[in-house]
Amino acid sequence: MLEAAPAPAPTLATARRGRALRRLAPWLGVVALLPLGGCGVLDHGMLGAAGPVADQTRSLFLLVCAILIFVAAPVLLLTPIFAWHYRLSNTKSAYRPQWGFNWPLEGLIWIPPTIIVIVLAVFLWRDTHALDPYKPLASPLPPVEVQAVALDWKWLFIYPDEGVASVDELAFPADRPVRLTLTSDTVMQSFFVPRLAGQIYAMAGMTTQLNLAADAPGRFRGENTQFNGVGFQNQKFAVLAQSNDDHAAWIARARAGGRTLDPAAYATLAARSVQPEPILFGSVAPDLFRSILTRNDPGLHAAHGHHAHE
Amino acid sequence: MNEDGHWLTLLGRLDLHAFPLVRAWEDPTVSELIGAFAGALVVVGAVGLVALLTWKRWWRPLFRDWLTSLDHKKIGIMYVVLAGVMLSRALVEAVLMRAQQSLAVDAPGIVAPEHFAQLFSTHGTIMIFFMAMPFLTGLINYVVPLQIGARDVAFPLLNSISLMLTAGGAGLVMLSLAVGEFSTGGWSGYPPYTGKAFQPGVGPDYWIWAVTLASLGTTLSGINIAATIYKKRCPGLHLTRMPLFCWTSLCTAILMIFATPPLTVATALLALDRYLDFHFFTNDLGGNMMNYVNLFWLFGHPEVYILILPAFGVFSEVISAFSSKELYGYKSLAAATMAIGVLSFTVWLHHFFTMGQSASVNAAFGIATMTISIPTGVKIYNWIWTMFRGEVRFTAPMLFALAFIVTFVLGGLTGIMLAIPPIDYVVHNTVFLVAHFHNMLIPGLLYGMIAGYMYWFPKAFGFRLSEVWGKVAFACWVSGFYLAFMPLYVLGLGGMARRSQALFEPDYRPWLIVAACGAVLLLSGLVSLFVQLFVSVRDRDANRVPVGDPWDARGLEWSVAAPPPEYNFATIPRVDRLDPFYWRKERGEAYRTPSRYEDIVMPKESWVGPLVGLAAAACAFGLVWHIGWLSLVGFLGIWIPVVARSFVRDIHRTIPAAEVEAAERLWLERAHRVRPVPRERETEPANLGLARPFPSEVTA
Repeated sequence: MLEAAPAPAPTLATARRGRALRRLAPWLGVVALLPLGGCGVLDHGMLGAAGPVADQTRSLFLLVCAILIFVAAPVLLLTPIFAWHYRLSNTKSAYRPQWGFNWPLEGLIWIPPTIIVIVLAVFLWRDTHALDPYKPLASPLPPVEVQAVALDWKWLFIYPDEGVASVDELAFPADRPVRLTLTSDTVMQSFFVPRLAGQIYAMAGMTTQLNLAADAPGRFRGENTQFNGVGFQNQKFAVLAQSNDDHAAWIARARAGGRTLDPAAYATLAARSVQPEPILFGSVAPDLFRSILTRNDPGLHAAHGHHAHE
Repeated sequence: MNEDGHWLTLLGRLDLHAFPLVRAWEDPTVSELIGAFAGALVVVGAVGLVALLTWKRWWRPLFRDWLTSLDHKKIGIMYVVLAGVMLSRALVEAVLMRAQQSLAVDAPGIVAPEHFAQLFSTHGTIMIFFMAMPFLTGLINYVVPLQIGARDVAFPLLNSISLMLTAGGAGLVMLSLAVGEFSTGGWSGYPPYTGKAFQPGVGPDYWIWAVTLASLGTTLSGINIAATIYKKRCPGLHLTRMPLFCWTSLCTAILMIFATPPLTVATALLALDRYLDFHFFTNDLGGNMMNYVNLFWLFGHPEVYILILPAFGVFSEVISAFSSKELYGYKSLAAATMAIGVLSFTVWLHHFFTMGQSASVNAAFGIATMTISIPTGVKIYNWIWTMFRGEVRFTAPMLFALAFIVTFVLGGLTGIMLAIPPIDYVVHNTVFLVAHFHNMLIPGLLYGMIAGYMYWFPKAFGFRLSEVWGKVAFACWVSGFYLAFMPLYVLGLGGMARRSQALFEPDYRPWLIVAACGAVLLLSGLVSLFVQLFVSVRDRDANRVPVGDPWDARGLEWSVAAPPPEYNFATIPRVDRLDPFYWRKERGEAYRTPSRYEDIVMPKESWVGPLVGLAAAACAFGLVWHIGWLSLVGFLGIWIPVVARSFVRDIHRTIPAAEVEAAERLWLERAHRVRPVPRERETEPANLGLARPFPSEVTA
C-alpha cells in the first residue's frame, strides 16, 4: 500500500523519516486510500467475478440487494420520522395512547413481507439448483478432473488423467471447466476460490464435489476458510487458469521435475506443516486418492461419499 | 482409560507449564507476555477481591444476603453481574483480535496463532454462554415474577442451582487463563479438530465442561421460567394479558428446554471421544463429524432466538413506555414470537449449506430461513407503529431501542442474503458472516440487554442511572458497532476468511484499521457503562425514585416500591386487562391501601446452590486435568447437598403481617405525599417515581 520507497543513500535523517512514515502509513492509508481500498478489496471476491459461477452469483447477489431495498427503506424512513414527529416536545402531534390495533394496517405489515419472501423464494429455488456446486458446467470441452485432498496446512491436487500432482497450485486450461472431487486427510476444511466459485467442505472419509471455470487465463487466490490450527492463515494456494500452451508447459514441467508422489512422499506431505512454496509431482502412486479416502472410513461409505448425486 | 496413568496421581497432568507466567518466563515473546498478563490479572483480581471482602467484612453479607439467597430478584442481579464481568473480558479479547488483524497484514503482529485461536474461542464461548445467557436469564429472573404478580419463581432453589452451575462454568473459563490453556476450536467446537488426535491438551476439555455446566444451568432455568409463567400468574392475568416481555421469556424458556439438551448431548459425546476413546466424531472407526455439526446447530439455531427474543421483549416494553402508549398489535406480536419459536427449529442446516447436501435440501432450508424474516419484520413494524401518535422521549433506553430497529434491519438484510445458498457459498466462513451475526446480536441482544438494564435499574435499586453517561454509552456502542462491523462486510465480500491471525492482502489493511478503531469505541461504550454505574451510585440520593414508577409505565412491576420488598407484592394483585397498572392509574385506583394484610411465606436462604456450583466446577476441573480424586469428590459434592436438602423440613420463613403492613404503609404514605412529575422532567431529581397522569387523548 503505502510502503516508503527505499532511499538511495539512507542518511540517519531520511531513515528516521522513513520509519516515521512507515509508522504513519496505516493511518494515512485510512484517510487517503479508503475509496481506492474499497474498490480494491471487493475485486478479490465474488464481485470481482472471473468465472461463470461467480458471475451468476454476482448477478443473483445484485438482484437480491435491489429487492432488499424495498425491505429496508420503509423501516429506515419510518423509524426516524415517527420518533421525531411524535416526540414529547412536539405539541402539534396527535396522541392516542389507547390505540393499538388496526386491521388494514395489520394486512400492510404481514402481506408485503410475505410477498417479498415468496418472490425471493422463487429466485432461491431456481438459483440454488442452477448454481449447485455438484452440477457440471456447460462447456463444449470435457471438464478437467482434479482430486483435491485437504491437508494441514496445504492442498494436494491430483490430476488422474495426466498422472501428475501439485501442492498449493491448481492449474488448468482456461477454456475447460474443472471438476473437483474433494476429501480431507485431516480435519474438515473449506475449499474456496472467491473469484471463481463458492466454497465446499472437504471431509475425511467422504467426498464432495465442486465445479468451477475461469473466463480467461489468470491467476487467482484460493484458500481454506475453515479454521484448522496454527497454520490456518497460511493455507492459501494459487489457482492458475492457463492458455493451452502454458498448461502443456506446466504439465511438462511437473513431469520433468521427476518427483514421485509415492506413499513415503505422501506421508511427509501429510504431516502438519506450512508449505512455503508450491510443489509439482511428475508421477503419482495409482489410486492414492482412493486409499486416502478408505483409510479414513474403512468399509462404511467410502465408495460413495455422502451425497445423493453420486 | 488413560494412557499415561495421570488419573491416580495427586495433580493429574497439571504441571508447571500449565502456568502462563512460567511459559512467558521461558519464552518471553509479546504473545506469551500478553497471556501471562491476562493470567496474572485473573490471579490479582481474585486476590484483590478476597482482600476487599475481608477488609470490608463483606464475607458474611456476601454469603448470607446474596450467594445463598433464593430471592429471584437477587439471583437476577447476580446473573447480570456475572454477565458484566464476562462481557468485560470478552470485549477486551475482541479489541486484541482486531488490533492483531490490523497489524498483521504481511506482518506477524503481536499475538501468535495459537494464542489468537484461543482468543476467538474464548470470545465466542464467553459472549454466548457466559455473557448473553446470564444477562438475559438475569433480566427474566428479575422482571418476570414482578410482571406476573408473583412473589417468586416456581422453583426458587433450582433457580439458585442454575445460577451457580452457570457461574461454575464461567469460573472454569476464567481459570483457563491462569491455569493451562483454552480450546482453539472456536465457540462451536467442531470435531475432529477438537478431538484428541488434533488437540490432545486441556483446551477442548475446558471448553467441553464449561459449556456442559452452562447448558445444564440453562435447561434448568428454562424449566423454571416456563413453570413460573404457566403456574404463578396472579388471578386474572390470562396468557393474553401478559406483558410482551413475559411472552418472549416464555418462548425463550421453551426453546431452552428443547434446544439445550442437544448441546449437552453433543458435548457429552465429544467428551466420550476424548476421554474413553469412543468414536462418535473421529475420522476413523466409523465416526462421523457431521453428526456433531447437526447436533450442535440443532441447539445453535434455536439458541439464536433464545438470545434475541428476550431483547425483543425488552424493546416492546421500552418503546411502549417511552412512547406513553399501548403496544401496537399486541396479539400479532405474541403470535409472531411463538411463530419464530417454532420456525427456529426448522432452519439449522443453513449453518452448513457448504457441506455438500443436494440443491433441493439446501433450497428447502434456505426458504425456511427466509420465512422467519416475516414474523421478525412484523415485530419491527409493531414497534414502529407503537410510536405512532405517541409521546416519544429520547431517554437512553429508548435511544438503544431506536438504534436497534435501524441496525437490526440491516443485519436482517444480510441474513436474507446468507439464507440464499449460492450467496452463502461465497461469503460463508468469511468475515461477512462474522459481521452478520454481530449485526444481529449486538443490536438484537446487547442493546436490548443494556436498554433493559437501564430501564429496570431504578426499579431494582431505587435510583435512576445517569442519563448523560447513558447517552455517552449509547453514542459509543452505536458508532462503535458501525465502525467495527461495516468494514467486515466489505472484507468478507473480498474473500477474507474469518479467524485469520495474519493476512496477506494489503487491500484489507485500511478496512481492518477502521474495524479496530470501532472495537476500541465499543470498549469505550463498556467503560461508559461502568462510569455511568459509578456516577449514579455516587449521586444516588439525588436520583431516588422510591414510589417506584419513574417512567410512567404500564406493567405490574411498576406498581410496587423501588426497590421492591422481598415479597414483591404485599397483597397479590388482581388483573382484569392488559397493561393493568396503566389502567389503575387511568381510573385513579393506583396506590390504594389494601383492606387487610396477611403473613407472607418466603423461601429461606440455602447453601445448596453455591455448594453444587462449586462442586460441579471442582469436578470439571478434575476432569480437565485428569485428577481422579478431585473429579470424584466434586461429583459426590454435587449430589450430597441435593440429597441432604431433601431431608430439610424448615425451608420457609414467615414475614408477619405487621411487618408487611409497616413497610407498605411507609411506602403508600410517601406515594401520597410526593409531587407527581410530568414526563418533561422525568430525568430530573424531581422524579421521585410518581407520574403525573397524561391526558387520555390529544388530536392534532
